[in-house]
Amino acid sequence: MARALVHMPKTAKAGEVIEIRALIAHPMESGYRPGADGKTVPQDIIRQFTCSYDGEQVFAAELHPAISANPYIAFFTVAVKTGTLEFTWAGDNGFTQTERMALTILP
Amino acid sequence: MKAALAGLVVVALAASAQAPAPAQSSAQDMRKSGSAFMGESTRAMQRDDTQNPAMLWVANGEAAWHTGAKKSCTACHGDATKSMRGVAARFPAFDKSAGKVITLGQRIEQCRVGKQGMPPSKPEADELLALQSYIALQSRGMPVAPPRDAPTSAAAERGRALFAQRIGQLNLSCAQCHDANWGRKLAGATIPQGHANAYPIYRLEWQGMGSLQRRLRNCMTGVRAAVPPPDAQDLIDLEAWLALRAEGMTMESPGVRP
Repeated sequence: MARALVHMPKTAKAGEVIEIRALIAHPMESGYRPGADGKTVPQDIIRQFTCSYDGEQVFAAELHPAISANPYIAFFTVAVKTGTLEFTWAGDNGFTQTERMALTILP
Repeated sequence: MKAALAGLVVVALAASAQAPAPAQSSAQDMRKSGSAFMGESTRAMQRDDTQNPAMLWVANGEAAWHTGAKKSCTACHGDATKSMRGVAARFPAFDKSAGKVITLGQRIEQCRVGKQGMPPSKPEADELLALQSYIALQSRGMPVAPPRDAPTSAAAERGRALFAQRIGQLNLSCAQCHDANWGRKLAGATIPQGHANAYPIYRLEWQGMGSLQRRLRNCMTGVRAAVPPPDAQDLIDLEAWLALRAEGMTMESPGVRP
């Protein structure tokens, strides 16, 4: 398991726009770089990041070889109901990781 | 006549009392952290823990603090936020059991290998940098406070000489860039004053975490000098001098640098 850090408010008012910041440790090896032995290091990147809010996808991003290691993704969503936000990173070599954060709607 | 003399004495006293203070503060004002030379977005990255990629290492370090083969760091040192407060600001320091001046990384290794029964780490290993980042974080905002005991001072004194010594094919010393030409450009980058108050750092160029020694060895490669191996005495002496040179400056660890 790679280390992933997700920052977002724990609570929000209904209809409030909240910012979510997701950071994950990943080498994002581009596939174009020569290694110490002179041979090209095979590509190893995260290809897709998705965020679903209570089962519904609210954000997705495609990642490419030019993106730096330990990608940081910040985005916004509207808080509508109390529920779980699920963040999934998926990529080469079967890499997949999911983090969950709870969001409570204040009356 | 008497009154005039007394007046002179008063003026002289007032002058002598005031004179050193501005001189000292202006000398202090000349020192700038490396972060002062960065762009605003990079500064924001260091300032904001939710953006700082070094926090990935800090999180790993915090997890490692509570585990260990024989016993955890917590078993001896307790809560790191209390016991490790200010510790990183006091390294390199003379260590009795080692009989020499050691860095924070070496001190962690002493515990890991000696007390926790773990295999020795490779230089710049992620697990070592993680613990180092977590421990250094506890000193954030505190002044750099190198110890003034004789062995550490002697190491710093050797480091001072090394700092001024020309090395490599380019025949450059640290001082020529970081004392004489700071603020000017070296290729596309601004030369900072070379204060080590934010290590270990997440360097965007490295796309990862690195120690002060990695940075020092980087510069030595840059001037095409023979690069000493990790934890070589020269590097530790240089670290000791850099700590003394940055004494009183605010710790920013774990920092972000371009």
